[in-house]
Amino acid sequence: MKADVAVIGGGIHGCSAALNLARRGLKVVVLEKDHVGRHASGANAGGVRTLLRHEAEVPLALASRAIWHDIESELGDDCRYHTVGQLAVAETDAGLDELRARDARMHDLGYSHEELINADELKALVPGIAATVRGGLMAREDGAASPYHTTLAFRRAALATGVDIHEGCRVETLAPAAKGWRVAATGIEVEAGFIVNTAGAWGGHIAGLIGDPVPLSYFLPMMMVTARVEPFLKPVIIGTERPLSFKQMLNGTLVIGGGRPAIGDRDTMTYRPDFAGLKASAETVRDLFPMLGDVPVVRSWAGIEGIFADEIPVIGPSRASSNAVHAFGFCGHGFQLAPIVGRLVAELVMQGKASLPIAAFAVDRFDTTE
Amino acid sequence: MNMKASFDDSVELAIIGAGPAGLAAAITAGELGVKATVFDEGSGPGGQIYRAIEDTGNRPERLALLGEDYAKGGDQVQRFRASGCRYLPGHGVFDIAPDGGLGVNGPDGARWIAARRVIIAPGAMERPVPLPGWTLPGVMGAGAAQTLLKSSGLVPSTPVVLAGSGPLVVLIARQLLAAGARIAAVLDTTPRANFMNAAPLLPSAYVAGNDLRKGLRWLREVKRSGTAWHKGVSRIRIEGDEAVEAISFSAGGRSQRIACRLVLLHEGVIPNVQLSMAAGIEHDFDDTQWCWRPRADAFGRTGVEPILVAGDGAGIGGADLAADAGHLAALAVAADLGRLAAGDLETRSRPILARMRAGRRVRRFLDCLYRPHQEVLAPPDDETMVCRCEEVTAGELRRVAAMGCPGPNQAKAFTRCGMGPCQGRMCGLTAAAVLASAGGRSMAEVGHLRIRPPVKPITVGELAGLAGVGEPPAGAPPMPTGPKDEEDA
Repeated sequence: MKADVAVIGGGIHGCSAALNLARRGLKVVVLEKDHVGRHASGANAGGVRTLLRHEAEVPLALASRAIWHDIESELGDDCRYHTVGQLAVAETDAGLDELRARDARMHDLGYSHEELINADELKALVPGIAATVRGGLMAREDGAASPYHTTLAFRRAALATGVDIHEGCRVETLAPAAKGWRVAATGIEVEAGFIVNTAGAWGGHIAGLIGDPVPLSYFLPMMMVTARVEPFLKPVIIGTERPLSFKQMLNGTLVIGGGRPAIGDRDTMTYRPDFAGLKASAETVRDLFPMLGDVPVVRSWAGIEGIFADEIPVIGPSRASSNAVHAFGFCGHGFQLAPIVGRLVAELVMQGKASLPIAAFAVDRFDTTE
Repeated sequence: MNMKASFDDSVELAIIGAGPAGLAAAITAGELGVKATVFDEGSGPGGQIYRAIEDTGNRPERLALLGEDYAKGGDQVQRFRASGCRYLPGHGVFDIAPDGGLGVNGPDGARWIAARRVIIAPGAMERPVPLPGWTLPGVMGAGAAQTLLKSSGLVPSTPVVLAGSGPLVVLIARQLLAAGARIAAVLDTTPRANFMNAAPLLPSAYVAGNDLRKGLRWLREVKRSGTAWHKGVSRIRIEGDEAVEAISFSAGGRSQRIACRLVLLHEGVIPNVQLSMAAGIEHDFDDTQWCWRPRADAFGRTGVEPILVAGDGAGIGGADLAADAGHLAALAVAADLGRLAAGDLETRSRPILARMRAGRRVRRFLDCLYRPHQEVLAPPDDETMVCRCEEVTAGELRRVAAMGCPGPNQAKAFTRCGMGPCQGRMCGLTAAAVLASAGGRSMAEVGHLRIRPPVKPITVGELAGLAGVGEPPAGAPPMPTGPKDEEDA
């Protein structure tokens, strides 16, 4: 079959890119080796966070936030998104100093989406939080959504816009052709003018096939969910000294994440929880919210995420080919960025440049260290 | 016998469960000098089938009404008590790793321990019976009612309707009558076609099995008592607003309705596979018993080396086969640990294996005869609740199947089916069956819910106090990506 663009990887970034390309009139095929939302896109904690983003990601995250605030008109689905704010809490004076330094730096750069919160205001915002917290840093316009639901909303919107999505379809080989690429995948051959690599933790492999080898590693951030409790927590709580992301979902359950890794394998796509990490996360929750000690944890899970040593993704044109664009390796924080990165990928494919700064995410940034 | 409710971080053989299989494994392990620790969720040995046997042993009248098969558990438990194993009642296992690591939660808190070998003997659970009205107060599993009878001598005070299929229906009817309960009717849902399918297996089963002859005797007793026994029952609906008021059904081409306040449902038992799945053992779908079962050899050895399975948790066989499987698994462990020569393993296992072959002939007949009706497996009425925790109906599952949802792991995300506190333990099979029949696919194709530990809930406080794990691995990328990135950038 023929297409203008073959998108490799049907996670939230692949579906967002496909949707944006199709909306600009291109014929798009998505090739997904498993099913849409099987890995990181469906298995993340659903945080929609600009707070404490890497400086290079801030412009993208802020632009994405604007789309999130009106996600229903973007996708025809509310994605169970709600603006509740994200709040980093400091448990020590050193942690508070760290947040203050961050705040000063953000103001120097001209950003105002993060603000310092003193201990009293923090305790008013988060009833029940341990009296020992020193203060926090908050992005009030951040929020949370349902990750699998959102990924499927992107999938449905893409399908409705004419995108052809093939699941259970693994790309085997990529060969340059007269006008673009010949893609051989499970049970299908696609002649495509362009390739978009949104293959997540497997994006390094696809980049290698394109001719852009990158040192992509992977990890499996764990999450836990508790039984339902009475609503008490609005903002998403982020740890400063210890890894934590902690939120109450609309149905009352508490989701505990923060990036502590499970023990898993990218090739076999299997994993087991690491109870040392789950214990550490439970300790953090118990210390911050002593009244939650008796709440049962009912389930843990993890998704396979691609990660680079500098903890930011690759977004941008291929170095080896003029007919390929990358957007992968989001290091455990790609969910919030998906709405904007899909647009940037469409711009890169159609105009060869993006409307927001992406130089920091270049695929060739690793060359000097090799 | 060490009854101290604490344990070391490492054990030679961990046995999970103290039903017939776990008891037998501990007895054989003790005899061969393998140091076994038995983790039991229950408060005393016996499992479900011999529940509260040590207490009941002192109450001849209750023992008499529960029957000789129950009483036989008393001898097993005595031998178990004398086996020298360490017995830890009130200890649940919330996770098991392929290297034999176990997460155990007991009265003294949670602990991660290392076991050289593990025998998983978690037994069976009643197959959930999703039909219209099954979630109303006044509906119980027949096995749960039997548990009350065993542990507290509780007898229903209101006339009971007993609905379902399987050997336990006959046994429970007899026990209830003996205990003085009134049975308004037995609604036998065994499909008529099963009699034809099972008939060819009857002769060899009859020759092989005392149990079978005993079962037929019980059946005659119940029928002679004057209890109304409706055959070929289908389309059961339980009616009522706040609680059960009546049960309606179809039998012999006729619709009927019986007013009642208590309905006991039973459609056989299925293996408890949460732990064997968590351990990473391969599971196969058994089309006759209609359940998942771990893949294992005759000794219960699995593809995950330190871990064996025994008893009904590895496939339904009943108490005697479970005990034999427990003995075999312990023999295999002893041989593996160098406590039993290969020749002795052969000599000791041969008669057990022969006895089990005979037992399986009876079981095959029972499996065919009591294979559940399709409407029990995949409820045809859209309003029937499948997932009680998250209140997901069969209709909702069919709707997501029509949207292209391929299996229970995907349906979970659309509907939350299987995401509540029971983790799909109750609804997993039914949800998969609804999706399979809606999509015209087999259960093996549709697959089962992936296990997401903890297998049993553990509180935030217990998890925070988990002993026996080291520090979490370094190198976990911190989240958030904080100010330190300034230096990296």
